[in-house]
Order: sequence, then C-alpha cells, then structure tokens
Amino acid sequence: MSQPISSRSSLAEALSGWPPPVLDPHGPFSNSVTTLAWVLIALVAVIFVLVCAAMWVALYGSDKLRAQLGGERVVKWFGLIVPAGVLFVLLAWGTTMVAGMTTIKGDELRMRVSGNIYWWRVSYLDTAGNEIHADANELHIPVGRPVVVDMVSEDVIHSFWVPKLGGKMDMIPGRTNRLKLQADKAGSYGGQCAEFCGGAHSLMGFVVVAHEPADWQRWLDARLAPRSAAVPASAEVLRGSQLFGEVGCAVCHRVAGTAAQGLSGPDLTHVGSRRSLGAGILPNTRGTLIGWIGDSQSIKPNNRMPAYRSLQAAELNALAAYMESLK
Amino acid sequence: MQRWGGSRRGKSGRWLVLACASLVACDGPPDRTPTLGDADATKGRQLVADKGCVACHTFPDVRWPRGGLGPSLENFGRQGLIAGRLPNQPGVLMQFIRNAPALVPGTAMPAISMTDQEARDVTAYLLTLKPR
Repeated sequence: MSQPISSRSSLAEALSGWPPPVLDPHGPFSNSVTTLAWVLIALVAVIFVLVCAAMWVALYGSDKLRAQLGGERVVKWFGLIVPAGVLFVLLAWGTTMVAGMTTIKGDELRMRVSGNIYWWRVSYLDTAGNEIHADANELHIPVGRPVVVDMVSEDVIHSFWVPKLGGKMDMIPGRTNRLKLQADKAGSYGGQCAEFCGGAHSLMGFVVVAHEPADWQRWLDARLAPRSAAVPASAEVLRGSQLFGEVGCAVCHRVAGTAAQGLSGPDLTHVGSRRSLGAGILPNTRGTLIGWIGDSQSIKPNNRMPAYRSLQAAELNALAAYMESLK
Repeated sequence: MQRWGGSRRGKSGRWLVLACASLVACDGPPDRTPTLGDADATKGRQLVADKGCVACHTFPDVRWPRGGLGPSLENFGRQGLIAGRLPNQPGVLMQFIRNAPALVPGTAMPAISMTDQEARDVTAYLLTLKPR
C-alpha cells in the first residue's frame, strides 16, 4: 500500500518492466543501440578493474612495479594512446551508426511527427513528402520495413523516443531531424518525450503499433478511403456530434468529413480506435473520455485544452459516445 | 431456580465470566468489515489505474493522474453513501462500480466492464480508503 503507482504501468507495453525497454530491442535500429550500450558497459567494467589494479600496485606493489607504473611508458600508453584509440573507435562506430539511422535510402516509408506541448501530431507522407493522412499520438507501421520519421516541433524542443524500436531524436523548432524506426514483431510499443518541455512533460507519451505488412496495408487503405457522411449510430452520438460544434471543440480539433476542421489540437477523426487517451497516458474508454473532456486539466495540468466545467453529465456522455464512434 | 452466587461453584463461575468479559473488553469493538471472499485489495488498486478510474477520481496512493471531474475517493471507505444515494456496502458498491447508470440514473459515471473477481478486488480496495 505504500508504493505510489501511476497509471502508466497500465499500458503493459509502456516504459516499465524488466528487462528495461532500452535493453530489450525489437528492431534493427534499437538493436544496434543496445549492442553499443553493452559494449560500453563491458568497457567501463574492464577500465574499472584496471584502475583498481593500478591503485593496488601504487599502494602495496614492489618498488620495481611502482617505478614502472609511474614511468613515462605507462603514461604515454595508458594516458594517451589507448584512450585516444578507444575513443576514436567509439566515435567512428557511433557516427556510422547514427548515419545508418538517419539517412534515407529510398525504400523506406515516410512519416512525420511534430512535437506539441504535451502531444504529437502525426502525418503519413507519400514518397514526395506530401501528407496523405493525418492523425495524432499514435503511429502505425508495418513489421520488417524501415520507416523514416521527420521530426519537427511546433513550439519548444521535444525529443522522440520509442526505446524498443530505435534511437532518440530531438525535435527542434525550425529544423527537420530524421530518425528511422523498424519493428521486427507485431505489437504496441510505448514511447515518451525525452526532452523536458514543460510541467506535464512526463505525461507526453506515444504509442507505435506495428502490424504484419498485409494488415498494415489494409489498415492504411481503410484510413485513406474517402469518408462518407456516417449515419450516427444512436441519438446520443448524434447529440454528441452537434455538441462538438456548439461547445467549441471543432475550433481546435478536426474530424475529417465534417465541419470540424480545427488544427491546433490533436486530429480526432479516428480517436475512437486509439490505444490510449491523452497521449499515451490513459486507457481509451468511455469513462476516461468523459474525465478528459470534463476536466483534462486535472489529468494533464496546463495542457492547452481547458476544463469544460459547464457540461452536464448527459452532455459529457454524448460527447464521449461521439468520440467512441470515430473509429 | 439457582441464582448467581448461590453456591461455591457459581461464585467461581462468576469470576470466570468477569475475567472473560474483561478480556473481550480489551479487544475493542468487533471488526465488522466484510471480507469479500478472496478479494485482493492490492490488485484492486492496480485495477483503478488500468480501468481508467483515475481519470475522474483522486486516490490517496495514486500519484497521478489525480482526476478532478468526479469526487475524490481519498476517504471513501469511511463514507456512508455512494454517490449521495446508496448505502456504502460491499454488495451495493460492487454493482455500482460496474454499472453506475443503472443504480444512479443520470450520473456521468459510465458502466465499466469488469469480471466478478475484478469488481470484488476494486470493492475491497475502495473500502480500505480510510483516514490514517
């Protein structure tokens, strides 16, 4: 009863558990990062043992050994040549590794993620770099194929990090960085903003969903199919869609195929099918939708959506039902 | 009819009764907390996070989110009524957390799908929430 918990642990695939995700790669890019990490850890262990041995010699060794330890040769080799060599090898390794993670070869899929104060704008791009589909807080990729993600920011510096699938890359205003992701296995992978961006920085999560290639293609085709004006499933959903405009949601949020075309908040065209709510921090259910719409400020303090204290229970339910219907 | 203290044997019996009474008195009032079978409050505590209850309610040992739309449940185990209407008893509570709109029509709290065991665990957890 004493250990405080947070709901992040509820996303089983998120950033907790053993082994730590950073040492549990699920793709070639994260694999190379993990290999480098283990090599560094082993190297540090060897150096630690060597330093301890040198200290022992300095304190308790024979006069001859101590003279050798303090001699010019040891300083030249272990103070200069070996460290310079090791650092050079690591530098060469690191730069080629990062180059492999950031340069476009041409066979990759292209996507773009834009950091915003406590959420992520997601765009699927064609080969020319034009947006073909817009979404938020969740990225769907096919298994076994590299994806180049353009990293941009619309306000402050954020950092994109899905430890099981790739490296970590800063999103810097006015700049486009690139990072490749790849998953070897279908599943959901948790991500997290890794650069302090404000009070609720730690509540800025992300979800990557990897599908088998055929499933992914079906998913994308369904997303790209023109949206017909859907017939509301119930009176409650209809009421919710009306409230969406009346209350003002549509000013900031977009629902493709409707009058709601706001772009300053997350795109809600497919919010009902998302794995999480509030950018990777809550399960996506009727209850959490109601809680978020009614008082998102208590869930994610200082996010840009105000608390809607003016809504009644029936209105909250209708809006949540409408959100759930947006698959 | 034999009265109390009438015989030698009765006298010692009276002392025995008094001794037992004093022992019971030292124990304080009996604990009438229902046991809820094999419910596990620790699991219930994890469930309020997993099911998203934390989006609307504040719990004493959940650091975040500390939802503000619904009532705080920090002292819920001491509370007499659920939603100001229903007696706060395990059986009622177990129904309420699964299907609040059926018991309190018009509430913003939706029906939440849970297995019987999950509902028992959450109920057991909620009833532990008392001031320390």
